[in-house]
Amino acid sequence: MSSPNSAYPDIPETQTKPKRHEWPLWEVFIRGQHGMSHRHVGSLHAPDEEMAIKNARDVYTRRNEGVSIWVVEACNIAASSPSEKGPLYEPSESKVYRHPTFFDIPEEVGAM
Amino acid sequence: MADVTQEQLFEFLCRMGDNTLVLGHRVSEWCGHAPVLEEDIALANTALDLIGQTQMWLGLAGEVEGKGRTADDIAMLRDVWDFRNVLLAEQPNGDFGQTMMRQFLFDAWHLAMLTALTKSTHEQIAAIAAKAVKEVQYHVERSGETVIGLGDGTSESHKRMQDALDLLWPYVGEMFVSDAIDDAMAAAGIAPDLADLRAQYDAHVTPVLAEATLMIPEGGFAHKGGKTGFQHTEHLGHLLTQMQWLQRAYPGATW
Repeated sequence: MSSPNSAYPDIPETQTKPKRHEWPLWEVFIRGQHGMSHRHVGSLHAPDEEMAIKNARDVYTRRNEGVSIWVVEACNIAASSPSEKGPLYEPSESKVYRHPTFFDIPEEVGAM
Repeated sequence: MADVTQEQLFEFLCRMGDNTLVLGHRVSEWCGHAPVLEEDIALANTALDLIGQTQMWLGLAGEVEGKGRTADDIAMLRDVWDFRNVLLAEQPNGDFGQTMMRQFLFDAWHLAMLTALTKSTHEQIAAIAAKAVKEVQYHVERSGETVIGLGDGTSESHKRMQDALDLLWPYVGEMFVSDAIDDAMAAAGIAPDLADLRAQYDAHVTPVLAEATLMIPEGGFAHKGGKTGFQHTEHLGHLLTQMQWLQRAYPGATW
């Protein structure tokens, strides 16, 4: 596998200077009232991380969606390459036995 | 503890409610026009918080008055001379920097006032303040950060923020000037002594403006007359023609 890609593989990474003078892009992750994990909810622009959290609060938690916010600058996310879909994911397609569905679970164990 | 009259209490509640109503309307004027989407939504949130607080203040004012007026009646069916907001709240938006400077100068007062009001001897006032103070804590954090960011930003943004501060600073004093109504509220333990809030305000505002590399204008001149209803600036009348347009064109309209 080649080196990791950016979160937005369609945008050439060589373009270091944006065409317009814009705030950097941030990815927003929010943990909901009942969820254990932060989930990606979208992205936004902000001048720094503190304002990114404030903007995330205003854009993504207006309807009481969250109890915790994570932001990360989009350029700091390493992503798998869409062009390597084949070697990355196809090998597991034929390995259904990796799903633990071929075992009888004793009743005492209960719901898993 | 001294008693206050029904009229004095009504007047005080109108001052609180008109501040949030008029500033809330002003901030809502940015909806769809802010420089970036994120700020647009943030300003709309602030405006909605302020309008929500207005419903509580003017709703209680209507109850206290006892003439069956609702918060909507008080907001939409009065004219300029009946409004009791401070002059700062009605000042035009100007550019984005001017709007954020106005917001910060008001928010810092609003936070000090509401914090004190949570200890009000009047139960309903303390309850409204307890709800509102959480919203305002966020408002002032956001407006303060923006004032710092723009003040200590580019030479263009710095100049605009200094212009905004020069323009708006003379409206700060009115928020701390007491009259007979304020004195009666303070004596009854309903509201704080406004002069006491000034030290707290300066301790909050001065370091933020310093970090923003902005100079506080010299001199203690203060425009007055908004909260007493003596004389509003010409801007309030124009604001009301927009805000009250529907009730003026279609009196009594409901939907």
